[in-house]
This record gives sequence, structure tokens and C-alpha cells, in this order.
Amino acid sequence: MLNLGPDEIAKYSFLAEAGQYLKDKGFSLVQFGSDSDLEPIVEKAFSRITTAIQKPNYNSEPINEQLDLEVFSFLIAVVLLKLCGKYTLIKRFSLAEARRAEKFLEKDLGKVSTPTEKELAQRIIQDLFSITIKIEEKDFIKIPISDYITHAVQFHEREWKLINRRVEKGMVFLTPHETVRLIRKELDRYINSKIISANTPPMVSGFQSYVEKLTLFSKKFEVPTIVSTEYPPCIKHAIEVLEKGENLPHSGRFLLATYLLGNGQNIEQIAPLFKNAPDYNEKITLYQLHHLKGSSGSGTEYKCPSCERVKSKDLCFATSDCDGIINPLQFKKKKTLNA
Amino acid sequence: MLEQDLQFVETAFKKYYFEHFDLLSIPNRASEREFGYQKFNGGMNRHISIKSNEELRLMLITNIPSDVYCSNAYYSFPNLPMSEKDWKGADLIFDIDSKDLNLDCRINHTCIKCFSCGEVSILQSVCPKCKSTKIEKKSLTCKNCIEGAKNEVIKLYTILEEDLDIKKEKIQIYFSGNEGFHIHISNSPYQQLGSRERNELVDYIMFRGAMPETFGMKKSNPLRSSFVDIDTKGWRGRVSKHIYGSKSKRSKAITEIISTGYSVFQQRLDNLKEIIGVKIDPNVTIDIHRIFRLPGSLNSKSGLSKVLCENLEKFNPFQESCFIDDENTNVLANCPTQFTLKNRIFGPYKNEKVTIPKYAAIYLICKGLANTTIQN
Repeated sequence: MLNLGPDEIAKYSFLAEAGQYLKDKGFSLVQFGSDSDLEPIVEKAFSRITTAIQKPNYNSEPINEQLDLEVFSFLIAVVLLKLCGKYTLIKRFSLAEARRAEKFLEKDLGKVSTPTEKELAQRIIQDLFSITIKIEEKDFIKIPISDYITHAVQFHEREWKLINRRVEKGMVFLTPHETVRLIRKELDRYINSKIISANTPPMVSGFQSYVEKLTLFSKKFEVPTIVSTEYPPCIKHAIEVLEKGENLPHSGRFLLATYLLGNGQNIEQIAPLFKNAPDYNEKITLYQLHHLKGSSGSGTEYKCPSCERVKSKDLCFATSDCDGIINPLQFKKKKTLNA
Repeated sequence: MLEQDLQFVETAFKKYYFEHFDLLSIPNRASEREFGYQKFNGGMNRHISIKSNEELRLMLITNIPSDVYCSNAYYSFPNLPMSEKDWKGADLIFDIDSKDLNLDCRINHTCIKCFSCGEVSILQSVCPKCKSTKIEKKSLTCKNCIEGAKNEVIKLYTILEEDLDIKKEKIQIYFSGNEGFHIHISNSPYQQLGSRERNELVDYIMFRGAMPETFGMKKSNPLRSSFVDIDTKGWRGRVSKHIYGSKSKRSKAITEIISTGYSVFQQRLDNLKEIIGVKIDPNVTIDIHRIFRLPGSLNSKSGLSKVLCENLEKFNPFQESCFIDDENTNVLANCPTQFTLKNRIFGPYKNEKVTIPKYAAIYLICKGLANTTIQN
């Protein structure tokens, strides 16, 4: 683990080992619930959560005299979230904390920072996300292609594709902003998993009312879903090709079978769809379906490929109904924002 | 394959593995790789562990496989089922096949064989005899196909070296034994990449998914675009070079791009992938559990060997990968197109009895265009 100074831990509070930090500072959790001098910290923790949830852009610059307040409020916020136990709140809070840390990282990576800050940002990215960074002159940061791809594959925007990046001699060139953006999801996931895996303490008297308010607050964010009975266009296309007795490539058959299996259909329902294929063989079809389901062979259950993969095989026929989904299986459950 | 053809081909393959075993060598870290083989008219046998050349020799002589494969992946337990193997990494592999290059010459040396009646004829969509549409294409690769595939290998090599920074000594180019080339890269920074990540490399190499902004064009305000120079490294420079032609034509070309607009430029980039993108088989490269043809082994689609190309430019597969002997052999050949092996032109044969060297007989039998029935 990184050794951090007080100003650094205020910026990157999520790196603190909560229990140890409080202990080192001579506090116990119970004190925060009963000591009125510490109440502002709990208040700040609560407002830190509510601000984060409403606008995932918590933007507080640590002030030198209040470095402890910054770290304590983060740690108490985590305690409140754990006591509340609502996953939606934890998710939104960790996202906001990730965005906050992003801003510091970007600033520290940029040329205005002092070398120490630059080095810390580099070390955080290296230690937590295994990205080796080389800082170049002219505002550019160089990252090995393999490190870049490992993180960039999580993005669906075209600009993150390797083909749309400046690539030279095994390195990808990024601005500090892009570098930090590259680890956004993982930073969020890191903070999220740290909160999820933290122990839930027994209820602290004095925290009860905050926790109740948070529970009430979380109801706002429950999103109802509708289930569509329609197939996505890529699946419709695959079925049409087979119905016409034309040849559907292996990748198309894989898509169709894994989609239908993922959709809850059984092998007996799926197998007849392939009857019209020019090279149909009942025994082989059943064998392959069982294999995909994981009921034979290695036992691996094959998942429906992502929209990106479907697209790369020329099997995507997206319509506006596909907006916002990244896997054909999500076509079934689209969120209704106004429901 | 008919029983007696099978015996004939198996005998020739066994002789090859006996006499030319020096052409085969188990790859580095062999004990961590999965081996597999297929027998003529048989299924695939995989999840095999082979640790030494002696074990490989024994497997070949005992089983006389039609094709031999070895994984690009390294495992802790290569002989266990896939889910228990414990994947440790995989070499980067590429397959370039001339049948994917849409070359004009293909029509001249591709014939069809009907699944229903067995009729062989020149390329057409239905069987001329029984009108069945269930036909199989048989291609007898020509020099032009090989040259086309070589060009793709050179394009790939440039990207591997210049963009991906893979050192020359780590890139091995093999003739596949049929219609193209296999490129193996071991011990590179890309060993640990998974399938999704390799797909991203594939898109890069094939020039798929490029957007105008990458080359300097602005969507909202094209007049404020700042296009990259020809000298720029990577795809940005290569594309600029292709579009402008030369530095002196750059400004004229840019004016044209701006005046025709963003979507036209996007279309142009999409079309470019067919011209400047490398035509690799994406499925091979993204597969991190593939068993890939073993260097030095015979390809049952042709009877030719998968051999290392020391000098790609001069490499002649019809000479340098043909190791079956030239003993005179009688076959009933039905091959409507010509082919060349060991500098000798064969065919066309119209369902006729011919006496040809064994390497040519094996080639035709492997293609399904001859049989040994007349020897009875």
C-alpha cells in the first residue's frame, strides 16, 4: 500500500484504511455518534452522500487546516452507507468519489503539479490499475499498448478504439485527462468494492436518524423496467436467414443459440430453428447446443456475445430501439425512465 | 476419402514424418502447450500433452494424423479439460489466407464438387449434372494468390514492427501448407491479452472503426480541422499518405475533404479498410485457446508442409513446401484447372487415368479431385 501524507490522504481518502486511520488519530466510531464536537463531521459525511447521489460531482478541494475533516467525513459516510445497506446509494457515492479523485489525479498528472504530486498520481495508477506511465514533454503521457487496450475495451465510444489513437512504437499517447478517463470505471469499481467489502459496524446511536433519511432517500432511485417480448434485430435477422434456408455463419449460430439460451429457452425449443440450415445435422446441433449450455464438455456456459462483438462479425442490424444497450440480451429489459 | 485412397495418403504421410522429422520441432515451452491431431475421416483428438521431440515422433508414427496442431496458449495443465487447464498466456497468431483477398484469379483456379452426385466442374453456383446447390469449392492456389498473401504479410509485418514494437526476431512467418501464411509471435508484451483485447488489436491491424477526428477532421466545424502530416507515425501517417499521395498535393486534398464534408470522409475511411487494412482472419487472432497447425506438419488439404519462410520475397511454396516423393503414381484425376508443383504444370484432367508424381497425386487426392481406384 502507498504511504500517504495528510494532504494526499485528504485528496485520495478512499486509500485510507478506515479502522486504522481512526485508531491512529485516537478516535472510536461511538464517539462520532455521541460527541457533539464531532457532529459537524457526521453532518458533512451525510451531506457528502446526498450531494454525491444527486450530482455525482462532489467537488471539494481539501483545505490545509481541514484535512482530517475531509478524511473523517469520507470514512463516516462509508459507515452510514454500510448501515443503510442500499446498494444504489453506495454505487452513486462511489461514482462521485471516483470523479472527485479523477480531478485530483488529472491535475497532478498535468504539468502544473510539482514532481512529487505527479509521481504520486503515477504510482496510484500503476499500483491500483497496473498501468505503466511515462510522462512525456508537451502534455503527453505514454502508455504501453497492452495496458491501454486492457482498460480501453470497456469503453463503447469509437474514440477509445486503438485505431483512433496516436500509436507509436508500442505506446499510446494520451493527455492527462484521457489517462484519468481511462481508469474512470475501475476507479469507481475500486472504491465501490472497498466500500462493499468494508465491515458493517453495529448501529451507532446518533447515526440512526441519518441512516433512516438515507433509506427514504434511496427510494427515489428505484427504476422500474418493462420486459419486451420482441427479439432484437440481430436475432430477428439470424432467424430469418435460417428460415430462408440460407447459410448462417458459425458466429451467427453462436449468437442465436447463446441469446436464446440466455433468454431462458431450452435446447428442445431452440434446436428446430436450425433445421433449415444447408448443413443441418440433428445430432451435431444438439451436441453443440448442449456444449454452449455447459451441460456437456468442459461445463463452461457460453454467454451471448456483446453488441460490439456482434458488430465486428457483421451481424448487427441495430435500430433506434437498440440505443443504450451493449448486449443483445438487454434488448429485452429496457429501462423506462418515466414509468 | 475412400478406404484405399486413405491408405495411400496415410502411407505417404507416414513416410514424410519418418524421413523429414527434422522439419518438425516442438515449439518453446512445449510442456505447457496443448497438442491435438486429426486422423483422415476421423474427429479431433485434443487435450494432449507432449513434452519432447521423441514423444511427438511417437505420436506421429503411431497415429499417422492428417493434421497436427499445437496451442498458442500456455497452460499449467494442458492435458486437462478446458476449464481446468489454467490459462497462463498465449502467443499472438495471425492467419492470412488468399481465399479472403477477393483476387480476380480465383475464378480461374477454383472448381466445384457436388455433394450429391460427386460431379466436378469449373466454378458455378449449381451442379451442372444434377442441379444441386450443395456444392463444395475446391481451390488450387496459384502464384498470384501467393503473391497477394505475401503482400498482406508485409503490411502486417510493418504494423507489428513499427506500431506494436514487436522485435523482428520474435516474428516467425510460415507458409500454412495450403493457401496462405501463418505468423507466430512469442514472448511479446501482448501474451497476456484476452480475446476481447486481441479483437481490439485485430480492428487496429485491419483498419476497422476509424473515425475522421483521428486524422484531424472536426465534425462540428470542418473549417477548423487540422489534418495530420504524411510523416506522422502509425495509421495516421499511412492514411494521410494514401489520401494525399504526396506532400505537394496535401493542401488540395484537404480542401476537397473539407468541401465534401464529414460523412463523405467517414465513408472514404470505411472503404479504405479494404485497401490498406491487413486482411487477417480475425477469428484466429482473437482465439486464445486455439490449436494451430504445428510447424513442419503436413496439411491434409494439400499434402504440402507448413514451413518457415526465411526469405518471404523469394519463397516459392510450390517448390519449398512439397516434400512427398516423385514416384510415378496412377490415379483417376478429375481436375478442370491447372496447377503447378515443383516447377511442373499439371492438368487439366477430365476424369482420366494419368501417371503423375506421387506429390501431385497426393495433392489432387487431398483436394478430392483424384482417386486411386484404377490401381485395382
